[in-house]
Amino acid sequence: MLDLTPKEVSERSALRINPLKTCQPVGAMYAALGVHNCMPHSHGSQGCCSFHRMFLTRHFKDPAIASSSSFTEGASVFGGGSNLKTAIKNIFDIYDPDIIAVHTTCLSETIGDDLVTYINDAKIPEGKFVVHTNTPSYVGSHITGFSNMITGLIKYLSENTGIKNGKLALFPGFVNPGDMREMKKIMTLMGVNFTMLPDTSGVMDAPMTGTYSMYPKGGTKIQEIIDLGNCEMSLGLGELTSSMPAEFLDTKCKVPYQTLPLPIGVELTDQYVMALNRFSKNEVPYALEEERGQLVDILLDSHQYTQNKKVAIFGDPDTVLGLAQFALELGMIPKYLATGTPGKFFEEKANALFEKFDAEGCIAKGNMDLFELHQWIKNDGVDLLIGGTHGKYVAKAEDIPLVRAGFPIVDRYVHSYLPIVGYKGGMRLAEMILNTLMDRQDRDCADEDMEMIM
Amino acid sequence: MRNENDILPERAESIRFSQCSGDGSGIKCEAESISGSVSQRACVFCGARVVLNPITDAFHIVHGPIGCSSYTWDIRGSLSSGEDIYRNSYSTDLRERDVIFGGEKKLTAAIDEVMSMHSPKLIFIYATCIVGVIGDDIVAVCKAAEEKYAIRVIPVKSPGFSGTKKTGYKAACNAIMSLITPEVLPPKEVGVNILGDFNLAGEMWIIKNYLRILGVKAISNITGDATSESLKKAPSAQLNLVQCAGSMTYLAKQMEEDFDIPFIKVSFFGVNDTSDSLLRIAYAMGDAEMVRKAKAFIEDEKNRVIPLLNKYKRNFEGKKAAIYVGGGFKAISLIRQFKEFGIKTVMVGTQTGNKEDYEMIQSLVEDDAVVLDDANPAELESFMKEMGADILVGGVKERPLAYKLGIAFCDHNHERKHPLAGYEGTLNFASEINLSMNSPVWEIISPGGNKNV
Repeated sequence: MLDLTPKEVSERSALRINPLKTCQPVGAMYAALGVHNCMPHSHGSQGCCSFHRMFLTRHFKDPAIASSSSFTEGASVFGGGSNLKTAIKNIFDIYDPDIIAVHTTCLSETIGDDLVTYINDAKIPEGKFVVHTNTPSYVGSHITGFSNMITGLIKYLSENTGIKNGKLALFPGFVNPGDMREMKKIMTLMGVNFTMLPDTSGVMDAPMTGTYSMYPKGGTKIQEIIDLGNCEMSLGLGELTSSMPAEFLDTKCKVPYQTLPLPIGVELTDQYVMALNRFSKNEVPYALEEERGQLVDILLDSHQYTQNKKVAIFGDPDTVLGLAQFALELGMIPKYLATGTPGKFFEEKANALFEKFDAEGCIAKGNMDLFELHQWIKNDGVDLLIGGTHGKYVAKAEDIPLVRAGFPIVDRYVHSYLPIVGYKGGMRLAEMILNTLMDRQDRDCADEDMEMIM
Repeated sequence: MRNENDILPERAESIRFSQCSGDGSGIKCEAESISGSVSQRACVFCGARVVLNPITDAFHIVHGPIGCSSYTWDIRGSLSSGEDIYRNSYSTDLRERDVIFGGEKKLTAAIDEVMSMHSPKLIFIYATCIVGVIGDDIVAVCKAAEEKYAIRVIPVKSPGFSGTKKTGYKAACNAIMSLITPEVLPPKEVGVNILGDFNLAGEMWIIKNYLRILGVKAISNITGDATSESLKKAPSAQLNLVQCAGSMTYLAKQMEEDFDIPFIKVSFFGVNDTSDSLLRIAYAMGDAEMVRKAKAFIEDEKNRVIPLLNKYKRNFEGKKAAIYVGGGFKAISLIRQFKEFGIKTVMVGTQTGNKEDYEMIQSLVEDDAVVLDDANPAELESFMKEMGADILVGGVKERPLAYKLGIAFCDHNHERKHPLAGYEGTLNFASEINLSMNSPVWEIISPGGNKNV
């Protein structure tokens, strides 16, 4: 089934088949949902907004609200200024958010809508805010859009008043609410006073209470975003995703920054913890040491099952790089690393990783699609796939097990509530990988080789 | 108390409370959405894409930036009995330089690349928003490709901003007409085309099986489980059955005009609609034997299915339903179906229903029901709560909303879990709403088992 992929790899310059990325606006929408009492607003055709809400809803299984400028033929000729003006009025009148976070689309970008002027001219009620970012769909990917929206929020809101607030600004990268909760937990354990932007925990993993709230309890507060300019320093997790906002906050408000890979696996979580330790000067508490020790213990107990297993990892660049490092810690061979997001950075980082671990015969490629990855696998197979839902077609066609991690996962539940970052996230990942490989061994082995104890 | 403060003043005319308007003629529908509303609606491209997507052996190439193709990749759960090509995502992934210098060359190259790897019979090229603005001449590119490769390469003019989802249905119907219009009309065959079933969860197969039992030949399915060859046979049919009227009435009218094929509207949702439709098909075919077979089959099926449905009736007693779906015709079918179950429909809304749909809806629901066009989540929430709905029938964006409100849910859209058409579909539907309304999860929502937290 679904096996139309020819083994022979032919050069393609124009045709994208089965993408490993989507467009900027959905990333911007996700980032905006991580601001408390915020209405994300899509300045473009209605379909964009509808598709993005559908996409996010399918991944998080939670409502994703956003409004649209609802472009018509007229707007595409005369510009979307009046649409945005009407939209801003209607949104504040009816949905009453504290802030509207506008992102553009390919349409409004191409017709050259000037959002800065539109927003300056708009009537914004006292104490309310409208911010925007440019997210042309034909540049970068959803990851770029996510970075752009965070940067846009800082651009409009953050201020350096000259009085430091003693806090760490944390940019979590394009991760799930479950990951954000884990990052926050670790900061709290390390005694770090922080502001995280965005924070979709409590928004896209909001609990069932019997009432629907358009703006759930979670999300970074506007006052906190303003106060980001007074932070002692910022830490950007996921170098590709979080560098832009961290650099921008430095430029605008003189907040020095550091970027680190997403804290996936042992060493990268260590780096995160040590960075927090340098910031807070607090000792690493036993609770974290214990978690780390447990994770290492698990890797030790089970290493025979993961050693030398070949894995293909695909998805968003920072996530794939983190997962690749963890795979290497498990003794696996991250044979193929693939992301759809364009940019050389991914390949450079991946190659450095291969070198560091002496991993031979591994390839990493950015600006790539799942079709090509499938072709690679057809030519030289792997034991395991790690990535999002769309990999299930490859998994089925090639009969290779798939561990779901990353974005989007639209065919499973619970994933967005639990972390893959931190030591706890490492345990969860290890469990998923081991269960998948060992279930497979149980399924495939001859009766006489069936083992009771593994 | 109506939460009138929650309604945008501009929206007031798109919402009707039955007791004040009576005939429904006053509802405002088929209009552009208001800027700034959290509409559940999609765009022209989406309309075109969902109608054509089920054509299984077509290469659907989305000409635009990557989003439009990634969001519609294998979007709607249409099943295939053969080819799987349509379940892949093809696009030109337009980048900044393409937007500046034009995307025609890239589109031509993309078609060449498809041709170098596969032997397609049919390619659709979808124009998205940006293509409409940068002025790529996709018609010329398609024409050149047709000449070069001697296959059909059909442009679908669907820039998202150029109307509503319904405009997209029309664009898709035009593309279908372009594919199926023969040079010379073929002689008529005794048989029908099925229009407006997309084979979600295999529903087309259920309908085709019914027709087989009646002795009615299904010539072409449009578009569920269709192939380019099967579609081209459509002009020889003597009758068109139109199921999803919202998307397909336009095509049926075109076919009536150009191919001299009359059409009847049918619905296979619910026992009554299914039975009624089967009989009408048999009569329309003008064959006494078919009528006899239809009557016998309907009776058998009713005898089989109604006792099974009656088992649910106790669970359904006193329950109230809310409906929010894409088209008016489906909404009407669902109201009737709920009636069969003894469930009262208290709120009905659609994204694209027209005046006639809304008049029909008004005549089916009770006086206190709320009827609304192009609703947003806030309206859905406030009316479902106010009306005390126990279950919502809707699509992907409505599911988590319903659950957050503690209301049961059934997807009657792309994510339906089981076929919901025909007699077995009615059983599935009853089983699904019963499971959702009576799930043990409602008992544990709050400590102590009080559902109404």
